Amino acid sequence: MLQITCPHCGPRSEIEFRCGGESHIQRPGPPEDVSDAKWSEYLFFRKNPKGIHFERWLHRFGCGRWFNIARDTVSHEVVQEYPIDSLAPTITEKTR
Amino acid sequence: MSGYRLDKGGHIDRSKPLDFSFEGKKYSGFEGDTLASALMANGVSVVGRSFKYHRPRGILAAGFDEPNAIMQIEAGPHTIPNLKATGIELYDGLEANPVNAWPSLAFDALSINSWLSRFIPAAFYYKTFMWPDWHVFESTIRKAAGLGVSPKCPDPDGYEKHFAHCDVLVIGGGPAGLLAAQAASRSGARVIIVEHDPEWGGSLLTDPKQMDGEHSDAWIQKIVDELQEAPQTTVLNRTMAFGVYDHGLIGLCERVTDHLPISSRSGIRQRIWKVRAAQTIIASGAMERPFVFPNNDRPGIMLASAGETYARRYAAAPGRKVVVVTNNDYGHYCAQSLKKTGVEIAAIADARLQQNTSLPDQIDLNDYPVFFGTTVTNSSGRHRVRSAQLHEIDSAGKAILGRSRDIDCDTILMSGGWSPVVHLFSQAGGKLVFDAKVQAFIPTTCEQNIVCVGAATGEYSLTKNLSEAANVGVNAASKSGFECRAMAVPKITESEESSVRAMWQVDVSDIRSTGQKAWIDFQNDVTASDVKLAIRENFQSVEHVKRYTTLGMASDQGKTSNVNGIGVMESVLEKPMAQVGTTKFRPPYDPTTIGAFAGRRVGDNFGPLRALAAEQEHKEAGAKFDDYGGWSRPVCYLQGSESEDEAVQREAKAVRQGVGMFDASPLGKIEVFGPDAAKFLDRMYANTMSTLKAGQCRYGIMLDENGIVFDDGVLGCLKEDHFLVGTTSGKATAIAEQFEEWLQCEWTDLDVVTDNVTSAWSVINLNGPNARALLQKFDCTIDLSPNAFQHMQMREGRLAGVSCRIQRVSFSGELSYEVSVPWAYGASFWQALISEGEAFGVYPFGIEALMILRIEKGYLHVGSDTDGMTVPQDIGFGGILAKKKSDFVGRRSIMRPDAIRKDRRQFVGLETISGQTPLRVGAHIVSLGKVIPPIHTQGWVTSSVYSPNTAKPAALALVERGTERYGEEVQVWDLGKSRRARIVRPGVFDPEGRRLHV
Amino acid sequence: MKRYSALSLFREGLNDQKGWQAAWRNPEPKSEYDVVIIGGGGHGLATAYYLAKEHGITNVAVLEKGWIGGGNTGRNTTVIRSNYFFRESAEFYDFSVKLYEGLSQELNYNIMFSQRGMWNIAQDRHGLEMLRRAANAMGLNGVPAEFHNETEVRRRIPLLNDTPRFPILAGLLQSRGGTARHDAVAWGYARGADDRGVDIIQNCEVTGFDIKNGQIRGVKTSKGKIKARKVALAVAGHTSVMAEKAGFRLPIISYALQACVSEPVKPVLDTVIMAMGTGVYISQSDKGELVFGGGIDHYPSYAQRGNLPVMEHTAAGIVDLFPQFSRMRFLRQWAGIVDVMHDSTPVVGKSPIDGMYLNCGWGTGGFKAIPAGGFCFAHTIAQDEPHHLIAPFNLKRFETGALIDEAAGAGIAH
Repeated sequence: MLQITCPHCGPRSEIEFRCGGESHIQRPGPPEDVSDAKWSEYLFFRKNPKGIHFERWLHRFGCGRWFNIARDTVSHEVVQEYPIDSLAPTITEKTR
Repeated sequence: MSGYRLDKGGHIDRSKPLDFSFEGKKYSGFEGDTLASALMANGVSVVGRSFKYHRPRGILAAGFDEPNAIMQIEAGPHTIPNLKATGIELYDGLEANPVNAWPSLAFDALSINSWLSRFIPAAFYYKTFMWPDWHVFESTIRKAAGLGVSPKCPDPDGYEKHFAHCDVLVIGGGPAGLLAAQAASRSGARVIIVEHDPEWGGSLLTDPKQMDGEHSDAWIQKIVDELQEAPQTTVLNRTMAFGVYDHGLIGLCERVTDHLPISSRSGIRQRIWKVRAAQTIIASGAMERPFVFPNNDRPGIMLASAGETYARRYAAAPGRKVVVVTNNDYGHYCAQSLKKTGVEIAAIADARLQQNTSLPDQIDLNDYPVFFGTTVTNSSGRHRVRSAQLHEIDSAGKAILGRSRDIDCDTILMSGGWSPVVHLFSQAGGKLVFDAKVQAFIPTTCEQNIVCVGAATGEYSLTKNLSEAANVGVNAASKSGFECRAMAVPKITESEESSVRAMWQVDVSDIRSTGQKAWIDFQNDVTASDVKLAIRENFQSVEHVKRYTTLGMASDQGKTSNVNGIGVMESVLEKPMAQVGTTKFRPPYDPTTIGAFAGRRVGDNFGPLRALAAEQEHKEAGAKFDDYGGWSRPVCYLQGSESEDEAVQREAKAVRQGVGMFDASPLGKIEVFGPDAAKFLDRMYANTMSTLKAGQCRYGIMLDENGIVFDDGVLGCLKEDHFLVGTTSGKATAIAEQFEEWLQCEWTDLDVVTDNVTSAWSVINLNGPNARALLQKFDCTIDLSPNAFQHMQMREGRLAGVSCRIQRVSFSGELSYEVSVPWAYGASFWQALISEGEAFGVYPFGIEALMILRIEKGYLHVGSDTDGMTVPQDIGFGGILAKKKSDFVGRRSIMRPDAIRKDRRQFVGLETISGQTPLRVGAHIVSLGKVIPPIHTQGWVTSSVYSPNTAKPAALALVERGTERYGEEVQVWDLGKSRRARIVRPGVFDPEGRRLHV
Repeated sequence: MKRYSALSLFREGLNDQKGWQAAWRNPEPKSEYDVVIIGGGGHGLATAYYLAKEHGITNVAVLEKGWIGGGNTGRNTTVIRSNYFFRESAEFYDFSVKLYEGLSQELNYNIMFSQRGMWNIAQDRHGLEMLRRAANAMGLNGVPAEFHNETEVRRRIPLLNDTPRFPILAGLLQSRGGTARHDAVAWGYARGADDRGVDIIQNCEVTGFDIKNGQIRGVKTSKGKIKARKVALAVAGHTSVMAEKAGFRLPIISYALQACVSEPVKPVLDTVIMAMGTGVYISQSDKGELVFGGGIDHYPSYAQRGNLPVMEHTAAGIVDLFPQFSRMRFLRQWAGIVDVMHDSTPVVGKSPIDGMYLNCGWGTGGFKAIPAGGFCFAHTIAQDEPHHLIAPFNLKRFETGALIDEAAGAGIAH
């Protein structure tokens, strides 16, 4: 069971959260200018990395707020938490 | 000859005799015994039969590593299959039976397998039973497999779970664990220490020491007392750490009542602890390995440490005449130790050459014959070992030299070296290396904050382990920010260990050619020849060997067999141990009760239902309840002896004749405030909301980003910057969450606040021609007259002195008011309506009647008449979408080729052509003619009822090109039966909607 | 290839098992192959087998990073069934069941396909309607199915809880469904493929691709470069990782799917049951272990290990269906990494790179698809044209929106 640190509430167990998947996906628009291919990339195609994943989480049974984390999908180590409206941080061996 | 009770010593309480039975026979033991030690003390040699060959088996070990003594405990509701006798604390009246033996342990019919063993080597079943068909053989094979029997009755016991946090968790209550815990605890850190055994002390229970001049029992007691008194420290015995999970979470299972006689048990049986530990110290000790030699599975052949444990901790001598085989110093200690208890040592065979072995001074080699460079190569006996065959071995340790020497004995104790218990460490992702000095896989580093101490590190010197444990305890606490002083370590006298000789398997092929099996995995009957066969067939990866032979997959999870298996692989593959590697260690460490994982999530607590404010009133009105999306809601209100169907029909009729009241409280209610509220709702809903004026309502349809119809509901505008969003009951939480997701993650520029107030308001829906008259009976600040308050409008005010919100919306097609009052007034409002309503013919009605009413009207129910493929065009919203200019969630998706296909399934009505029975929901629509599968399906019936107000069936469906086909006859196919129906517009009652606008 | 039979077992019993051959060879990789298949799981090995058998293409290598059958093939709960809603799915999966029915004989390797029946149990009013819709879909798709009311379900599965939290309302039975021995499927195909000349190369990790002008030329591996005219990916769970090396992305998210077994007991459950209200499913293996599964962990993961929350839910689901099993004990829990696509339908066919083919997106149900997946994938590789059974399982559907969404169709997640 993961322990996720909510930036507003502190460290809590996985069962209080919902993982919202990959973060920083740009929603294309307006609709009439977006090709089917581009729209399908936005909807379905994901980086799905084996390693650091930038993803958003909701503290569902807590403050109800979304935030971002950088998490290793193999070790599950949470390398960094950062606000929902920030750009993805650069993760190096050092910041880990 | 067999084991017997020693007349003194041990940690048993001779003043407390306990009666128990095994295979129906009565025995007695003492408090402090395990079932295994009591059986040994009573001279029971054969305690089980092996899984495949049904060989008679005796006790091999004294702990979790026991593969043979597998028991079915108790009968009836309290029965438990497959418990290891070594882990069962004896209690008065305990009833134990062997598993997998029929008709009895002494004579087991399937022991014929043993005679056939040469024809059924590992994995033989992959090579046969194919003709004519596996099913011909399967049931026989299945009956032969399995160990105990599943309980037949529901579990009478309860379980619970407990969350805990600590700075330092210590797993293992032996000397190293205790000292580490003491060190950490003295710093003030929150410490939890767990021990699976009922008693503290680990190896000291078997082999007490003088520690700082006092007996180790006193030393243990002092530490345990100190830990128990420390307010921030939790001390748990009878508690097994079964798994290490992510981010420092350790799972523990505490056995609360298992050790008590059944009649004295009360409360919960077991408790799962989920401990989030900042630092974890594993002090789980080491397990001894058996030797792999022909017929090493005979009853009476056991681990040396087990022999000593039984004799000294439990005062149960393992036998009367013992041969010890060893490849390390421990065999000698064990022999000395046993000799002191009065057991005769017939001989020791030490695989090491004498010149390479410097035994400590206290080992006297003149007490009994000691053969160096010698090992055991066979045993004899039937239900008990009768002699050991010893041979000298060559320098490579592979071949035998000279003639054999047979030694009479009733017990062979094996000390094949020690394997640190690294299971939990490895589960945590810790790395193991093979250490040649101790001939074992030992722990190194781990990314999680987990460290091993004591024998679990592969270091077996108590002195060294204690001083290391004290350091580790101090370090662990200081990592959590607690200052500790260095701990004093008790002084003990012991001597240096000499090295261990690797002894995986001596090739005995010279002695006899065939039929001599040397067991590696006792429970699963995997022998050295099986491993060799696997390798010959190119199953060379350690995981392939495991799976092909089932080595290590039994209920002991290979605790005695894995390393020996790897050793045999090493010699056959001529690859070093380190390269062969280990298989993955998986939780749980020892089998753990399924019910404990369920905890209190059983029965109604598995999925607690939400209750309505007026639940009691509904009950009094005769409500039948069911689970609708997690709410316990009235299906209908039964009168007298009527059936559900009859009640529903009656209710649906009554609504249209007088007035009905429906508890709609679970309807989702989300308030949306802020300057950008309207803009936001325009983006969330497929239709436009920003044109709504205060006091108006509008039906809204919401898509997901993939363009699928996700929800619908009525949105009311309270003020230009304040909306009340209505959602379906099942989606309220999801939609409130989606609103926030879009606001927080995507449209961060919008100034909007949302609040899910679903359970703040209790909602009663008044439906029917008399609805207004009934409502007007109440003191209400809202003008209810038809012109002042029209259909699709909403008002706020006070009703009987209580704040209320009223929406004039309808899902029944009748004049209808949806009245919300604060949740706390839900019940009294319901009562008031019932008593005031009598004069107007008021009836409560349940969900199923509401469904009839809306199906009569042809109103769509999202989730019933739509599914995960329905786009808004399918349900008649194409026109509205075309008009809307701005973007909204899902808009781009419904522009894709598939969404604008001409042959999509569309929402229509179905009229039965003959018969008064409604169509079945879930029936499919196919073209007319004979149905010969596979055949194309054109759609399906989504809603269907008998309409009491039109006296005929009414149905809704999704049908391909449905709206172009009004009037067309189709075939409705259900489980092989066909009916005719006609595609019609949805709605059979009051199609002009006159009743709404009165 | 030495044939396996009762007679050969008897002979080898007398011969001290000395005459058994390797089930497959351990060749060194050649410098060039007609087809390189990446992934030595069930799908990869079956593909190699059918390439050789059906298309005469034998200059084939299967490259496996670890040991064959070690991924999801060796980690799943071994359920085989074709109880699908849409015609496209039903035809494909039913073909798979049919191939499974003859597989032991075909491979001369007993995969122990036990057709003990597969039940879906409806547990609420809406679920009941959806189950009936699914039953009718199966009937019209030509896949025999039986729809039974509560009384009949209970008569057939007498152990079911009398008073479960999630009631037993009805059951949909596919009696041809069941379980098989998962390892044997991998090993049987490996032996069959090897016998036809396919090189199975274990401990050979693919580290990159040689792609020129959008055309595949070969692969870079831990055992050196290997040229290949065609390269086929069958690495479910890790498909995104391979695709990234080849320079494209897929509509896949990898999740951990857990399973667990109890200690072995004598026969107590003679069928496979999926409880739709809780998502928990149960069967009993030939060895006697009860085999349990539940849902996936809810965050992307490549960690092949179990987790507590899903395990706890699974336990509660089991106890709700069978309160007798509460006193039994979990023996082992583990996890595999599954390729999840939005519509839980796979992608089998061409990739954006010429000469490179995809077999992925099986979600939680790839094991049952192994024979048909391998068969159709081999056809697709050999003909450079999708086999008609997997033609709908293309990548294009994510653009057009023509998803084959089983969960949406019948409310049954696959």
